[in-house]
Amino acid sequence: MAKLVHPKRALSTNPLKSSTPLGAALAYLGIEKSIPLFHGSQGCTAFAMVHLVRHFKEAVPLQTTAMNEVSTILGGADQIEEAIENLRAKSSPKFIGIASTALTETRGEDVPGELKEIVRRRKDFADTQVVYASTPDFDGALQDGWAKAVEAILDAMVPAVTERDPDLRQVTLLTGSHLTPGDIDELVRMIRAFGLEPIVLPDISTSLDGHVSDDWSGTSLGGTKLEDIPKVARSAFTLAIGEQMRGAAKLIEDRAMVPYRVFQSVTGLKPVDALVRTLMGLSGLQDPPPSIKRDRSRLVDAALDAHFFTGGLKVAIGADPDLLFALSNALTSMGAEIVTAVTTSQHTPLLERIPADEVILGDLGDFERSAGENGAQILLTHSHGRHAEHRLHVPLVRVGFPVFDRIGAQDVTRVGYRGSRAFLYEIANTVQSQHHRARPEDFGAAPIEKEFEHVPHTATC
Amino acid sequence: MADALKDKIADVFDEPACGTNVSKSEQQRKKGCAKPLTPGAAAGGCAFDGAKIVLQPIVDVAHLVHAPLACEGNGWDNRGAASSGSERYRTGFTTDMTELDIVMGHGEKKLFRAIREVIAAEAPPAVFVYATCVPALIGDDIDAVCKAATQKFGTPCIPVNAPGYVGSKNLGNKLAGEAMLDHVIGTMEPEAPTPYDINIVGDYNLSGELWQVKPLLDKLGIRILGSLAADARYKQVACMHRARVTMMVCSKALINVARKLEERYGIPFFEGSFYGISDTSDSLREMCRLLIARGADPELMDRCEALIAEEEAKIWAELEPFRPRVEGRKVLLYTGGHKSWSVVAALQELGMEVIGTSVRKATEEDKDRVVDIMGDDKHMFDNMSPRDMYRLLKSAGADVLMSGGRSQFVALKAKIPWVDVNQEKHEPYAGYMGMVDLVRAIDRSVNNPMWSELRAPAPWDEPLTEGGVLPAPKGNCPVTGIPAGPTKPAAFVPVDPQTLPSATPPARVAGFVSSATDFEDC
Repeated sequence: MAKLVHPKRALSTNPLKSSTPLGAALAYLGIEKSIPLFHGSQGCTAFAMVHLVRHFKEAVPLQTTAMNEVSTILGGADQIEEAIENLRAKSSPKFIGIASTALTETRGEDVPGELKEIVRRRKDFADTQVVYASTPDFDGALQDGWAKAVEAILDAMVPAVTERDPDLRQVTLLTGSHLTPGDIDELVRMIRAFGLEPIVLPDISTSLDGHVSDDWSGTSLGGTKLEDIPKVARSAFTLAIGEQMRGAAKLIEDRAMVPYRVFQSVTGLKPVDALVRTLMGLSGLQDPPPSIKRDRSRLVDAALDAHFFTGGLKVAIGADPDLLFALSNALTSMGAEIVTAVTTSQHTPLLERIPADEVILGDLGDFERSAGENGAQILLTHSHGRHAEHRLHVPLVRVGFPVFDRIGAQDVTRVGYRGSRAFLYEIANTVQSQHHRARPEDFGAAPIEKEFEHVPHTATC
Repeated sequence: MADALKDKIADVFDEPACGTNVSKSEQQRKKGCAKPLTPGAAAGGCAFDGAKIVLQPIVDVAHLVHAPLACEGNGWDNRGAASSGSERYRTGFTTDMTELDIVMGHGEKKLFRAIREVIAAEAPPAVFVYATCVPALIGDDIDAVCKAATQKFGTPCIPVNAPGYVGSKNLGNKLAGEAMLDHVIGTMEPEAPTPYDINIVGDYNLSGELWQVKPLLDKLGIRILGSLAADARYKQVACMHRARVTMMVCSKALINVARKLEERYGIPFFEGSFYGISDTSDSLREMCRLLIARGADPELMDRCEALIAEEEAKIWAELEPFRPRVEGRKVLLYTGGHKSWSVVAALQELGMEVIGTSVRKATEEDKDRVVDIMGDDKHMFDNMSPRDMYRLLKSAGADVLMSGGRSQFVALKAKIPWVDVNQEKHEPYAGYMGMVDLVRAIDRSVNNPMWSELRAPAPWDEPLTEGGVLPAPKGNCPVTGIPAGPTKPAAFVPVDPQTLPSATPPARVAGFVSSATDFEDC
């Protein structure tokens, strides 16, 4: 049982966390023809956009209400209205997702009220769905913003149902912010293998998967279809991936009586077994498709090959809570030891279940210090961990957001039987790449006498 | 086969220092000790492989393999002999004979040119030229080429005549030893010989095992003068005739070298092992005893005993924390070449139960020791087929298998922990400190939480308790595009109606409700 540690310091060194509105923007980008809109000053948006572009290597449509000193003091409702009008004129989005920032939240605007007023007054906005989530930068991290945005979308678009009329072949897949487009693909593949059809929300696997579309678009390049979102009310079941999706799953249940189950992790043998077992029950299949069974068997074999490298491996990991939970449990179930766990947000019941003595609510400065003190042999965090990698001479496996110094971050898959297998290989190969050749001094042995060494082209005895 | 090679083989087979050989009749002895191989049922390396194993750890030498590609191309850089100096021994040099070389008889010329090139590029202290099957068959005279090259270039070129087809790996070990006796040993002199100089023969410093022992020798002031061939330099092999004592490690493979060193230079030898605590202590004692007999200061023995007492106490203290983690675990030991009885003794001391041990390649004396340690001979077995071993392991007869790489997958596929104790292993387990590493490896392996997860049933091995009958899929298959029509009934297995509360299963998903607990135990 992990103890949550709040470092007693004022100075944060090398941030681990990405901001809450950025998480909301990312979730909005998983909706088709959408544009996320930050209600804040234009810098809030610019930094977030650069962050997203560096990770996904894609043009990211992210806009701002461009608050200035006057509008900040007098209220930003006009700015929001003007932004919506301009975005509609320029890119005709079907969906605009607004995320508040620290600036507007510190002032304390009643955006939901203002927005209701704007939508009521501006009948011409009717064909654009506008959603608002309160995501101040000063509370929580990327995954909290993501969760709030998903809840805001559902809140705005899922109808209340008085009688259950489920489509028994349809399930809702609520994806947490820690899933890559590759992860979502894999989960969808598994669900479909059981004859079930998922509605994925949000679905960045069709918008940020890195593809070339036929036309230029000023909005997201794919994502959950708007008309599908209300349909989640008819799903037989909600599969929520990540503890952060519990609120959203609960919201659907409250509205439409759809039962749900939260999968805190879908990485590693047992967690994926639990998902498969659920899919078996949902589909009534006692005998799953051959591909699922073969993939499990391959994962078992991969675990056997990898355990020589993961057994006793000292791991330092820094990530948002859901990712931290999934990866650290997958590693400890393979005999690794989490010597350093650093996370970004305390808004989750998972932290005490992280398999480490303590979880630091901190930054990469804490991460580097703790990893060094505890003799970590491998680091898992996002690309900014490269500084620690160089200073500690410990290899880094890039996980989470952002990964800006490698391409293909969207393809990396660490869920399901296949993704878990890839993850074990990734860890084992990183360990092997650091092969240490034994030296006499490792054991305290004296070096060999000089006289035995061959000196080229001179007479020897 | 050339007559010279034939004689050489007969010579190494007739080994007076080998107990098995001495007990044979004159007629049996003539046949040699090579067991005829069974086609279709043979495993293990060839004579060339054996020669390479012995000599390759000589780190500064250029090892040139005269062969078509397979011999070196498939076999290089595959062993973990560690070097504290030159990395030249890890470089794969071969003549890569082509069809044209063989048909046209260009082998010898190509070899000579290859020797010239490797000397020009590397300036090694010596070039070892390995004969293999094909050049031996077509009659390439590598002895002559080496002689000519040595004269021409001034760098010793040593022919190692052990083509694969002459016999087993063990024979190759001996032939490699012969090559050293014929061409290398005695060709150089150490700067300052001391009464504390020893030879170590038959250790290859795998993963640095020699260095786990060397600190003990350093403390006693004993110098490894000659080495065949752990972390060896060419000069160390050339100076072997000046050592006072030879220790033959773990194996009779190089007994011909040890014996001939005694015959030719009067260097006594003993057989010892650095695996396990008591064997390490015994080896140190014997080494010191022989050194004193050959002129070292008798106080060496006092220092030796003091060191042993100190090291043994230290190591048992270090092993103690592992006791609760390994106590009661059942070990199956399946090893080949080296003697591991003292390892068995140490494991038993830590509360582990050794349920069986192989006695392949073991002498009668060794077998007596097993009976000594384990109480009876019920736990000894010779060869065990992979199928039998799989069955034994699968039936949970053992908690961990300690063996060489060959049986690795038998254990793993039976989902049984496996610890590598043979030559290919990546961790050194020698001397006192090596025991801690070995026990740590066992601990890490048997206590990995992975095993219980892997042995747990798959999700589909247990009947569904929840679920229901679903309508056939609507629309087209998302993958194949094939429409799901009424003619294609859904291949779903409904839950056994008897397990359901009502006889007619309701057309809904049963048993699936939200809960606050969810999936907690992942």
